[in-house]
Amino acid sequence: MSKREIISTGNELNAIAAIDAGCEFFGGYPLTPSSEIMHVLSDLLPKAGGACIQMEDEIAGICCVIGAAMSGKRAMTATSGPGMSLKAENLGLAQMAEVPLVCINVMRGGPSTGLPTRVSQGDILQAKNPSHGDYKSITLCAGNLEECYTEVIRAFNLADRFMQPIIVLTDETLGHMHGKAVVPQIDEVKKGIVPRKVFTGDPKDYFPYGCEQDEPATLNPMFTGYRYHFTGLHHDKNGFPTEEIETCRKLIERLDHKVEAHRPEFELNEEFMLDDLGQNDVLIIAYGSVSLSAKEAIRDLRKQGIKAGLFRPITLWPSPADKIKHYTDKIKNVLCVELNIRQYTEEIERVSGRQDLQGLYKVNGRPIAPIEIINKVKEVF
Amino acid sequence: MAYNYNKFLRMEKMPTLWCWGCGDGVILKAVIRAIEKMGWTQDEVCVVSGIGCSGRFSSYVDFNTVHTTHGRTLAYATGIKLANPDKHVICVAGDGDALAIGGNHTIHACRRNININFVLINNFIYGLTNSQTSPTTPQGMWTVTQKAGNIDPTFDACELAIASGASFVARETMIEPKKLEKTLVKGFEHNGFSFFDIMSNCHINLGRKNKMLGATENLDWIDTITMPKIKYDKLETKEQLNLFPTGVLKQDTKAREYCDMYQEIKDAHQGKRAKITQDDFSKKI
Repeated sequence: MSKREIISTGNELNAIAAIDAGCEFFGGYPLTPSSEIMHVLSDLLPKAGGACIQMEDEIAGICCVIGAAMSGKRAMTATSGPGMSLKAENLGLAQMAEVPLVCINVMRGGPSTGLPTRVSQGDILQAKNPSHGDYKSITLCAGNLEECYTEVIRAFNLADRFMQPIIVLTDETLGHMHGKAVVPQIDEVKKGIVPRKVFTGDPKDYFPYGCEQDEPATLNPMFTGYRYHFTGLHHDKNGFPTEEIETCRKLIERLDHKVEAHRPEFELNEEFMLDDLGQNDVLIIAYGSVSLSAKEAIRDLRKQGIKAGLFRPITLWPSPADKIKHYTDKIKNVLCVELNIRQYTEEIERVSGRQDLQGLYKVNGRPIAPIEIINKVKEVF
Repeated sequence: MAYNYNKFLRMEKMPTLWCWGCGDGVILKAVIRAIEKMGWTQDEVCVVSGIGCSGRFSSYVDFNTVHTTHGRTLAYATGIKLANPDKHVICVAGDGDALAIGGNHTIHACRRNININFVLINNFIYGLTNSQTSPTTPQGMWTVTQKAGNIDPTFDACELAIASGASFVARETMIEPKKLEKTLVKGFEHNGFSFFDIMSNCHINLGRKNKMLGATENLDWIDTITMPKIKYDKLETKEQLNLFPTGVLKQDTKAREYCDMYQEIKDAHQGKRAKITQDDFSKKI
């Protein structure tokens, strides 16, 4: 497979990927450190015949994107933690009404206004369920510049496959990191685009939400002769509000099953230098930009005679439970490295059933250097 | 022969959840007649509503319909319209939707002058949720959150729309459905943001607690606080104090519509025209 090189930043790669994935609409509000995504799309989208609009606030940003997506367009928004908090309610509507879109969160220090220009991975738990209510959402997490491109492409396809908002997490380090990304050729990307399913029969036979218990809704674009109803209320197979007991139960259970039943379609991990690890070697679990330091640390540790490897989930939610269990069963010494306090570690504890995991956590807005990981490994194992 | 609404209604959703004597149904019928007068087909119209009694509007009419979150109708509609500039978008919102939780979106949709038709059903109270104060509740009236009397100053929705830059602003009441229909058609024909403040009754949750026991008493009160603009303009300022003018209050046919202007952004980026500068606008500041 031939590749091409792009020299750019993580944020710009997000924007370029959106265009290559066929995105036709972006709505948002400036939010450090994500703003460059909108800066680039405000040029690229109108050039490609789409539209990019700076709305009056974060809430309007997600709402106009949901509106465009309801009408049938591939649409995206981007923000950081404070914006995610504001978008939460309407991300919930998109989950309930099954509207596909991509929402990028370039994480910065929180809570509240936090550290606007500094790195963090503090929004991991928020990404799992940004709004109230029961549903299962898919969250992807880019770990390098290449993935700032490829994960956005994947997010658009997953959004259309599972008919839900897909959150892509990056962070301030990746968003502003400038470097070379080796990404697939544009033809390759275009070939990989799988648009949402549409119904082509008689409108009388069309039931947008009348699907199998483990499948998403089939929502035809607006203005094409298939008139139906979107709502955030519990709804029936035609999309109309209902309080009928069984219909309500089935709807909410389906929002879980439609994701849970198809794990292989979205699960993606990197297993770095794990093949030769024995029971007494060192397993590091990290994701996002932290994994870059972890890899550097692993190479150095191996030079010093300490065998270590990295397990890196790229799809963070739902978590790759089987894989985590496999490695944490096999290897005794496990170190979780995160730019937050135990947000993903608690999930690893849950799926592994272990309470003896070591951790390195940093919450001062600065990245973790490889030497800190090396020292921690030497200290605890 | 009586007008047949069935074609535009989702008959299986009837009867509506609205209370007996509610004005929402009268407004719904006027909107349907206005859409038919425009010659728009059901497939090319999108109706977006918010939360509250007016939120149910979208589920009763047979168009492409969206029932959104509280206050966000115009933000959703902006996305739908900008992504589909050749289609017709009608927003229906209540006074809480449009002026309280969604006030910011109202200001900015007016300012952008995007070609959306915004039907504000103004019943002066939060009706669905049992009589909480709305931005348009008159001072001194009883509400469940201000039982000693509402002290919050009353909001004039049309003044907000005019100040925010909407190019078509009208106020009507549901007492005169034919006049309402005509004004709706004028606004639908207008290329730009059309703002309709339509005063309606809620005798159940405003009236009963404020000495207006039935729908007719509530409507009589609306009649006493409104006056056609042509008459209103002739009054002294002192006499205008407790009156709202009705009819078309503002229409600026020269104001540029947002989707039209965005097409020029596309043209500029695609090399079909020069970049947009201040010379393209008569108003510079």
